[in-house]
Amino acid sequence: MAHLDLNQQTLIECRRLAGQIVSKVKPVIDSNSSVSIERSVLRLIGVEGSVKQMGMDYPVSNFIVDQLREDRVLSRGALFWFANAMIKTGSSVEELTEKLANGELRLSQIEKASLSEIKKTAGELCRKALTKLAERREERNSLRKKLGDPMDATFQSKPLVYVIVATGNIFEDAIQGKAAVEAGANAIAVIRSTAQSLLDYVPEGATTEGFGGTYATQENFRIMRKALDEAGEASGRYIRLTNYSSGLCMSEIAAMAAIERLDFLLNDAMYGILFRDINMKRTLIDQNFSRMIIAYSDITIHTGEDNYLTTADAVENGHQVLASQFINERFALEAHMKEEQMGLGHAAEMDPWHPNVLLLEIARAQMTRDIFPKAPIKFMPPTRHKVGDIFFSHLMDAMFNFTGVLTNQGIQLLGMPTEAMHTPLLHDRWMAIKGANYVFSAAQDLGKEITYKKDGVIAKHANKVLDDTLALLRKIERDGLFKAIEEKSFANVSRTPTGGKGLEGVIEKDKEYINPFFELL
Amino acid sequence: MSQHDYLIKKVDLKSLRPYGDIMDDGVVQLAFTLPVAYGPEAREAAVQLTQKMGFDEVKVATMEPAATGFAFFVIYGKIKHTVDYTKIKVVKVESPIHTMYETNALIKEKIGRKVVILGACTGYDAHTVGIDAIINMKGFAGDYGLERYEWLDARNLGAQVLNEDLLKLAVDSGADAILVSKVVTQHNIHIKDMKDLMDKAVKMGLRDKLVFVAGGPRVTHQMALECGFDAGFGVGTKPSEVASYIVDELLKRKKKK
Repeated sequence: MAHLDLNQQTLIECRRLAGQIVSKVKPVIDSNSSVSIERSVLRLIGVEGSVKQMGMDYPVSNFIVDQLREDRVLSRGALFWFANAMIKTGSSVEELTEKLANGELRLSQIEKASLSEIKKTAGELCRKALTKLAERREERNSLRKKLGDPMDATFQSKPLVYVIVATGNIFEDAIQGKAAVEAGANAIAVIRSTAQSLLDYVPEGATTEGFGGTYATQENFRIMRKALDEAGEASGRYIRLTNYSSGLCMSEIAAMAAIERLDFLLNDAMYGILFRDINMKRTLIDQNFSRMIIAYSDITIHTGEDNYLTTADAVENGHQVLASQFINERFALEAHMKEEQMGLGHAAEMDPWHPNVLLLEIARAQMTRDIFPKAPIKFMPPTRHKVGDIFFSHLMDAMFNFTGVLTNQGIQLLGMPTEAMHTPLLHDRWMAIKGANYVFSAAQDLGKEITYKKDGVIAKHANKVLDDTLALLRKIERDGLFKAIEEKSFANVSRTPTGGKGLEGVIEKDKEYINPFFELL
Repeated sequence: MSQHDYLIKKVDLKSLRPYGDIMDDGVVQLAFTLPVAYGPEAREAAVQLTQKMGFDEVKVATMEPAATGFAFFVIYGKIKHTVDYTKIKVVKVESPIHTMYETNALIKEKIGRKVVILGACTGYDAHTVGIDAIINMKGFAGDYGLERYEWLDARNLGAQVLNEDLLKLAVDSGADAILVSKVVTQHNIHIKDMKDLMDKAVKMGLRDKLVFVAGGPRVTHQMALECGFDAGFGVGTKPSEVASYIVDELLKRKKKK
């Protein structure tokens, strides 16, 4: 495969700086939990179902955590109180959930067992939960073996064909997802309703109404998983399912996804801060726990650096993407993730009329591949410069697909001819997949046939981006991540440590805080 | 006039039809999917449907099995219908377009203070591409964004701003104009959100105190007016067009007083 001649010393220094940047915020992550983490813990040990609140189905995990917060005892962790109540009432998880949901019991008012007893019960609950997650992980492994895995872990072959469905109705999504698999898709994302990232609870049940997408619910996960397993059986390929571990319920979605055997999760250490104005501390704390679950369940994350290029100029801001990829990589390693699980994100978002734009896109894609050799890089299609001209749009996607196969990207989210118009119609997706399969097959081994000119346009652009990245990482390391974000280091967006949504959901851990998942994951 | 002009049919504006490669041939290309299996029956259904739409000489260029139970068609036909172009009326923003320098000079001379503009993606809409292109310094297609204007105080509030928060902020900051960007259109959510903003503005007594402008790929001036806005701009609108409109509208209102 063709590689770029990048300065290895610069790469080492970039990684060292990323390590410093992350270790400076680590104390914030280690000393706090959040309502989202506590709800995830309850979900993982098997707390399911909902209560009626203000006319809607409110998750019982939220209901319990809300009560603990009201009673000002959440700093010991939901598991402290839940395990305690199990010991004192002799109830199972299901029985206790039921009694809490119907108001018969309230966790903080139950007589306390000894700390060692609580720890023991909590540990047992967590180990049992992890056995279940491990079963789902092994189930994926055996299905991949049985059906055949279209994802090439060495990236020598073609990128994985990845498309989205977004009808708002999960049953329609299942039909569209199956149709996409027949057309040749190997991974399907159900785009989330745009409202959901700022909800501090996960809606319940199967949903048929959404805006710009479909709600992520555990039942919707099940419905889609089943549909794609069926499509996988029929097509003889394991089909990956994607959803979004982001927003205020970042870690619970990771827990639900692990339970329902999702394969890909959009999960970024900083996306929520920058693009959803979620509080910095909350985001960093939540991303860490979510990634620990993800690491254990062998889910692959997709980071959100492509978004930097849709808000800031794509030709000039390649270094923001790379700096963020280094930081995302470091945060993921801290949460015990393997490099093979890191679908670091980027995108082909440069102005199509920029001279030599294809060379610049190849430069960025190739450098991303070369800098993160084990990561299944996630390559996102042009969106920013697309308008209603679907014919030109289809051609832009062809160039994007060419760049993807030439530079051995891992996961290629296909562009749609009707981007900027509507969520994809069935035949938009069909046409996109047909086009991509043609380009991927036509240029399959081109990357093995070429070499990059040492001082050519491509090599020079890549090295410039790398140098700019080093300068940016130095600045972030000097100022600290919080200050750097405040000063618009990423996507030209400014956020403050006490601003944004969800700060009230951050909980400082008490010295008797109990959550054995932190040790077991 | 060339000497062969008499050999070519001229466009008839009173009965206008599409042009393929000969004047008035009426050729149209269509693409659609029928939720039935690929096969001769599907093809015949597609032909009949196209005929019902008002097409003659229907040709199925391709029928593709897009999925089990779904047949995708690309079809050509000659349309029977015509429109009278001479009677077409379109409601559009009628405002001269000034350069950034002209707009700055106009504000400096005739208003004498910075014009405050708040921009946001409202409701659940999280797609800031449009509002960013208009407001952010860099602008769009070589046209500087409103932040760059010396005599504008333009603030981009970003995504998912609630209508009530936007109006409250407009009062607090003494805004002159509000720019609303709408991208997501599923279930006509953009129209509902736009109408809701204007209902709230009326209730708060802000309707005539501010200039309300909407923008987005599915926004037209007509549709914005129907939602109660002052103006609407579609795809490809440059920041200078928006700035020109706002300043002219403010000056018009000033004159009326």
